[in-house]
Amino acid sequence: MPINYYIYLSIALFIIGIIGVLTRRNAIIIFMCIELMLNAVNLLLVAFSKMHHLLAGADNAFAGSDAQLFVFFIMVVAAAEVSVGLAIIVMMYRNTHSVDVNFLNRLKH
Amino acid sequence: MSITQLLFWMLSIMTLFSAIMVIASKNPVYSVLWLIVTFFTISGHYILLNAQFLAVVNIIVYAGAIMVLFLFVIMLMNLNKDTEPQKSKWLKLAGAVAGGCLLLVLIAALRNTEANPTELMHGDIGLIQNLGKVLFNQYVVPFEISSVLFLSAMVGAVVIGKKE
Repeated sequence: MPINYYIYLSIALFIIGIIGVLTRRNAIIIFMCIELMLNAVNLLLVAFSKMHHLLAGADNAFAGSDAQLFVFFIMVVAAAEVSVGLAIIVMMYRNTHSVDVNFLNRLKH
Repeated sequence: MSITQLLFWMLSIMTLFSAIMVIASKNPVYSVLWLIVTFFTISGHYILLNAQFLAVVNIIVYAGAIMVLFLFVIMLMNLNKDTEPQKSKWLKLAGAVAGGCLLLVLIAALRNTEANPTELMHGDIGLIQNLGKVLFNQYVVPFEISSVLFLSAMVGAVVIGKKE
């Protein structure tokens, strides 16, 4: 399977995440769209690691495993990010009784 | 068309459809469920690329832990279709047009790239044995630092989440 198809698929997933961030006002949905974008990047990294492995040939058996470990670390950081982010959203809900991000515009003044 | 190509196209269509349903659903609980479907299809892509370790970690960490956390928070806040804040039609249209423009630019920029093949269904760098060797030889320090990151995230979540 050519790498182009994976690039297009990842771009499409990433754009769907961006459109979700731009069109929704629920803070939790926006957060989920960020996860979607992270997953698009992960998919592209794995596809490129397999491409690199194929191009490196038989002399380097571990070529491409760096990218898969990057994906692993992205997942680790995403798990930590979600726990803190959801705690912030819960705190925001307790203060404003809503998850609407438009209520946060008081940070302006 | 071979079976792997057929699997690729089916998984891609399912991924894109469920990703669109995530942002199109009015009810946040449905959005979470569609996002779980998306993560499962992305895990299917990982298995197709023979990255079994990442496929299993994706299911356990994302579909198992993170999405359950999202679902708990949504159910705790009792969000449903009626409480869902909506943007005006024009803002939604503007967001979709902006995203579509970015899609056009990215695809136009990458249209003439060289098409190297990826290997599907074989190659063993994605197996846990090989990844473990690299992880615990070259990436020991980041691995240990990520445990500190988890500890600080845990402390941060408790400090932010607790009442005054």
